[in-house]
Amino acid sequence: MHAAVIVFPGSNCDRDVAVALTQATGRAPLMLWHRETEVPPLDLIVVPGGFSYGDYLRAGALAAHSPVVREVKARAAKGVPVLGICNGFQVLCEAGMLPGVLMRNAGLRFVCKDVWLRVENAATPFTRGYRSGQVVRMPIAHNDGNYYADATTLDKLEGEGRIVFRYCHADGRVDDAANPNGAQRGIAGIADGRGSVLGMMPHPERAADASLGGTDGRTMFQSLLTVLA
Amino acid sequence: MNDPATVTAEMVADHGLSPDEYDRILTILGRPPSFTELGIFSVMWSEHCSYKSSKRWLRLLPTSAPWVICGPGENAGVVDIGDGLAAIFKMESHNHPSYIEPYQGAATGVGGILRDVFTMGARPIANLNVLRFGSPDHPKTRHLVAGVVAGIGGYGNCVGVPTVGGECTFHPGYDGNILVNAMTVGLARADRIFYSAAAGIGAPVVYVGSKTGRDGIHGATMASAEFSDDTEEKRPTVQVGDPFTEKLLIEACLELMATDVIVAIQDMGAAGLTSSSFEMASKGGLGIELDLDRVPVREAGMTAYEMLLSESQERMLMVLKPGREGVAEAIFRKWELDFAVIGNTTDTGRMVARHQGRVVVDVPIDPLAKASPEYDRPLADPPGPAPLAATAVPASADPLEALPRLLGSPDLSAKRWVWEQYDHMVMADTVQRPGGDAAVVRVHGTGKGLAMTCDCTPRYCLADPVEGGRQAVAEAWRNLTAAGAKPLAVTDCLNFGSPERPAIMGQFAGCIRGMAEACSALAFPVVSGNVSFYNETNGVAIPPAPSIGGIGLIDDLDRMATPGFRAAGEAIVLIGGDPAPTGGWLGQSLFLREIAGLEAGAPPPVDLEGERRTGDFVRSLIAAGRVVTCHDISDGGLLVAVAEMALAGNIGAALTVPPSLAEPLAWLFGEDQGRYLVTVPQDSVAGLLAGAEAAGVTALAIGTTGGDRLTLGPDGAISLAFLREAHEAWLPRFMAISAARLA
Repeated sequence: MHAAVIVFPGSNCDRDVAVALTQATGRAPLMLWHRETEVPPLDLIVVPGGFSYGDYLRAGALAAHSPVVREVKARAAKGVPVLGICNGFQVLCEAGMLPGVLMRNAGLRFVCKDVWLRVENAATPFTRGYRSGQVVRMPIAHNDGNYYADATTLDKLEGEGRIVFRYCHADGRVDDAANPNGAQRGIAGIADGRGSVLGMMPHPERAADASLGGTDGRTMFQSLLTVLA
Repeated sequence: MNDPATVTAEMVADHGLSPDEYDRILTILGRPPSFTELGIFSVMWSEHCSYKSSKRWLRLLPTSAPWVICGPGENAGVVDIGDGLAAIFKMESHNHPSYIEPYQGAATGVGGILRDVFTMGARPIANLNVLRFGSPDHPKTRHLVAGVVAGIGGYGNCVGVPTVGGECTFHPGYDGNILVNAMTVGLARADRIFYSAAAGIGAPVVYVGSKTGRDGIHGATMASAEFSDDTEEKRPTVQVGDPFTEKLLIEACLELMATDVIVAIQDMGAAGLTSSSFEMASKGGLGIELDLDRVPVREAGMTAYEMLLSESQERMLMVLKPGREGVAEAIFRKWELDFAVIGNTTDTGRMVARHQGRVVVDVPIDPLAKASPEYDRPLADPPGPAPLAATAVPASADPLEALPRLLGSPDLSAKRWVWEQYDHMVMADTVQRPGGDAAVVRVHGTGKGLAMTCDCTPRYCLADPVEGGRQAVAEAWRNLTAAGAKPLAVTDCLNFGSPERPAIMGQFAGCIRGMAEACSALAFPVVSGNVSFYNETNGVAIPPAPSIGGIGLIDDLDRMATPGFRAAGEAIVLIGGDPAPTGGWLGQSLFLREIAGLEAGAPPPVDLEGERRTGDFVRSLIAAGRVVTCHDISDGGLLVAVAEMALAGNIGAALTVPPSLAEPLAWLFGEDQGRYLVTVPQDSVAGLLAGAEAAGVTALAIGTTGGDRLTLGPDGAISLAFLREAHEAWLPRFMAISAARLA
């Protein structure tokens, strides 16, 4: 599997996801600087977490216009899987690759903690290693994870099975108490129409090593390997 | 704006220089200084930069050990951690600015300490902080807590360095002067450490990072004076941070450090361009020439005075090998940072700065940097603590009624509300998260870990500075030990009132004496640090707080201990302390303060020999894999420690009070030092007790884990759910009141 991790000025989970990918797939990804326009053939593109361009203007807004994102869009249009984590999710929304927007957390504070997630769609290349309805644990760490889209868009996402992860309790219940940031309908991650672009606020790369407290995230990188290798 | 042509006595006073110090300037220069030169002397001789009142005492601290690569005097301390790697770390105060402007004050404190560490070639891998706020009832406290925590998070989260631990306490003694001490730990190759001494004549002096603005001018001088009622007016002396630029600066500097073009490097911290250029030239025994017209500036019309004294953030000064500027410039351009050759080294031993064709500064370097004033300030030994009256202890108190009150008191309450605002997991190496004894961060790509902690008990230091100084060091050592780490070295951040008052100098000298004893006895040298005096308002000083930042090494992360109970049915063993459990030390305890409303008595004494023996024994148990659950006993005493272990593991416990005790309160809540709690399977107890006896360490089985409650003797029990609510609820509830008020 040939994977690449995009590096913007201010990305700070680029190394973390590269380590997780290397551990799960046995192969180090290509690190792609944001000014790159020549991109080799790839099986997977990861847009990592961090504070690209310092979150200036809006989280992800400036990165969405960087040269490499044009190429990411072109590859995604050809069906190359794209995974946006945290700031990467914000970038994909700002770039119009995913609908909706990530607003300031409802609590108005940065939140870093482990959360429970319910896998709503186990048919994407990212989630094939999970069972539908499975409850998994991953950390979140963000200021702007409050997913918002209008009701029509949310209904459409729901109807097309494009809500991939929802915040929940350990027993899988979804309610406001389990929602760490006020996201509409408890949304933690969504996919594009064909299921090959996934944006999610939780960090699977921080849950890919037992000594960090969990391995539920490793499953995602392993499913990608199974599907793409 | 033009600088005044002549210097008046009033200007001298405004710059915080005494008449004696001004006379010394006249002698050094042989003429009156220009206004710009006056500014330079003022910051270089400020208490913050010159350590003029503390120097003679700091010399008492032990600073060497076989594993110390670089002790105090550089940007940060460096210790060898094996495998060709070094840990580089330091703690620094940002108290004054954080009180005036909490978000930016705290944020730039983090930025500054990060720079101290990556300046030396290390990638920062963890941040910690010590926060001491005023009384929860004080009208400013919520605002300060909210701003400081958001500022620390805002900066650390963005640069992508995890904030993994620290302390957060409340006391009315900090109503007018909060403490914000920030610590950074970094990792470097032991053979690639970068220092600040310039070398070679005619080498280019290079400025990189952000542009220079008018912010933070005289920050160092501000931090060298006490507060009064007009403190608000000092807001313009607080710098503004840009963590995004800092992140770029880290990456650019580390990329440049992988080449061989750097001769010396120094961050521009307090006193900015002035301090960094003096530092590099002085250490190298050289002179330096600066062309201020080449300094990248944020706005037009800045004077030489402003450029030299600005404390704009995210800037570095380097001396490069001649002819290699292009290599460095390409890297900084890639990261879209400013890069300018602004001068060169000389053999004159003088700093000469030109601005718009005029020489604006021409001063000898050594008399400013090395021969700054040094004071042997008068000191008064503090009065000994009043003995604790036997009647002070509420004999009728029900321990299980006191326990939730203690766990829910501001100092012992869970600080989750704080550390959930810090990204404590970025870099994906945090193997022990905040909330335990020490945080543990894996050495990237290896099975080793660095344990780190920040500690101090100001109420002990106030009651007895020597004992308090000992205890602060011992507690840091103990916290590292409880995780299974070998304690390596200390960085300190010494927070006190005005050194011009003998009573404060007495506290300072006492704390240093105690720290020095403990550091020597525990082979735990001080390798870096910072002094923050003048933490007082309208003549009232803070309770003295020498913060100790300790780091330790865990050779094998599979042999690490954590505080939470892991299984039911295990024996709880108390290790260390009084061989015959006859009571407990309640003087200055939180039990006394929170339950009896008394801050009285002498603090618990630290037996340094016993401390070392006990700690070495506990560490050997963890290293042998015989113990994986361990917690040290500190604030709140034994029962609080047991409750913390139970809450962390969500497993209850049943305790047995030794039958020899007529009155269990002191045993349960005394803060006797040098003690740990461990758990082991029942069939290992006898072996453990025998091993302890052979090692000359006391050990006593005091209970069993299991269930969902804490049981004390035959007739008392309290549910973990109730304790958890008491422990977790206080801080969010306290801060929610502020949110409601703002809304």
